[in-house]
Amino acid sequence: MIELPFLPLAAFGLFGDAFDFIFNQQEAATGGVMVGGPEQVIELATKQLEVTLLALGLSLLIALPLGLILGHYGRGEFLAVSVGNAGRAIPELALIALMAAAIGVGLFNLVIALAILGIPPILTNTFVGIRQVNRSSVEAARGMGMSDRQVITRVELPLAIPMIMGGVRTSAINIIATATIAPLAGILTLGDFIISRNVYGDAGVLAGAVLVALMAVALEMVLAGTQWAMTSKGMKLQKS
Amino acid sequence: MPASDLLPLAEVSQDFFRDRSGGGCIQENRLFCPGWVVDNFDRYVDPTVQHLGLVVSAVVGGFLIAFLLAILAHRHRWLSSPFLAATGVLYTIPSISFFFLLLPITGRGALTAIIALTAFTLQIIFRNITNGLRNVPHEVTDAATGIGLTKRQLLWQVELPLALPEIIAGLRIATVSTVALATLAVFANGGGLGTEIVVGSNITFKTGIIVAGSIAVLMAIVFDALLLLAGRLIAPWTKVAR
Repeated sequence: MIELPFLPLAAFGLFGDAFDFIFNQQEAATGGVMVGGPEQVIELATKQLEVTLLALGLSLLIALPLGLILGHYGRGEFLAVSVGNAGRAIPELALIALMAAAIGVGLFNLVIALAILGIPPILTNTFVGIRQVNRSSVEAARGMGMSDRQVITRVELPLAIPMIMGGVRTSAINIIATATIAPLAGILTLGDFIISRNVYGDAGVLAGAVLVALMAVALEMVLAGTQWAMTSKGMKLQKS
Repeated sequence: MPASDLLPLAEVSQDFFRDRSGGGCIQENRLFCPGWVVDNFDRYVDPTVQHLGLVVSAVVGGFLIAFLLAILAHRHRWLSSPFLAATGVLYTIPSISFFFLLLPITGRGALTAIIALTAFTLQIIFRNITNGLRNVPHEVTDAATGIGLTKRQLLWQVELPLALPEIIAGLRIATVSTVALATLAVFANGGGLGTEIVVGSNITFKTGIIVAGSIAVLMAIVFDALLLLAGRLIAPWTKVAR
């Protein structure tokens, strides 16, 4: 099954084919149409990014305000924490497949399904992050005459940024990974290279895998950078 | 492209739709046909066993490796950041992509799926072990050193037991996530419950997707409960956090 002695050569060969697939159009394994090449790669990558950002945006829109309010008033701890735990147990493949089979394929449904995966980590981390904010900081803010809204946006939110962004990053990774199986829901992302092996061949499959991995790592790095930029100077000093 | 063209591995024989007690539920392809499930439950036994195999191998493998890394990082602090970065990359690379990055090396099959899933669990477990060890109060380690414990004794008799709740918490997160992720092993020909989900997806058969998905969720809940229980039994002096 595993032919280790031939490993290096074979591995290089297939990776070479994969890079060739990314940079040069070629005939499909099924014959006829041309596949691969920068044009299709960019098209599918753009779709994957679009789907990911839409779903992440929707998750943030729902989970962030909810987490902030629940955390601020200290309500619904059970809800916020168990949503996070339950979210991890959702099988991504079943969710996408069921959404496509029961409700229908298409971008809208896909984004909803992906947002279902994205909401739990953001909600839980936002809630926990706000609850962990030092109570004396909040009291001090109130003593200065800040309203609830000001306490949330000027004190609790900035102090909870590392925790919240941790949740956002977990969500983003999960969403971009699951966007890879979006072709099951009728939206062609980079995952099409991976799933439709009969069309793209092993070179296409490997090219898809490389591209998806690079995209996920790039997204994670951008979000890590965003977190760094959003963290207040005082907190950075405290850490070091 | 219709979903049916995506994967050629659906094995649906004539008697797939045998539905003695459903009364037309299958013909109408309703959301959920309990009669069909009763008649076809044997279909899910093998995938469930395969799924268990994938999850247990990945989590046990992940734990052993992460434990080793965590002990090393605990002894040599400077190793902590590179380990965290390396496991972070492995965590970030989507499993489905990881399967096929391994394609030229291990080909298709359960082993490939297990390696990718193991790589995914490392960061979660590593981080929880190191955090657990770091959170042991200094007074405790000082006292232990004071009564003459060696470094090895300190680790095994004091630090690790006290870190146990966080270690168990990490294992629970890793296990539950892995149960869900292992459905994707089907793309690497790794078997598991994903095979039945893809069959259901290919023929737009909702009941099949729901059954396979539900078994996965149930499996995650059972693992979570078992680990919680195990944690209470091994470390009865403390209630496991979370």
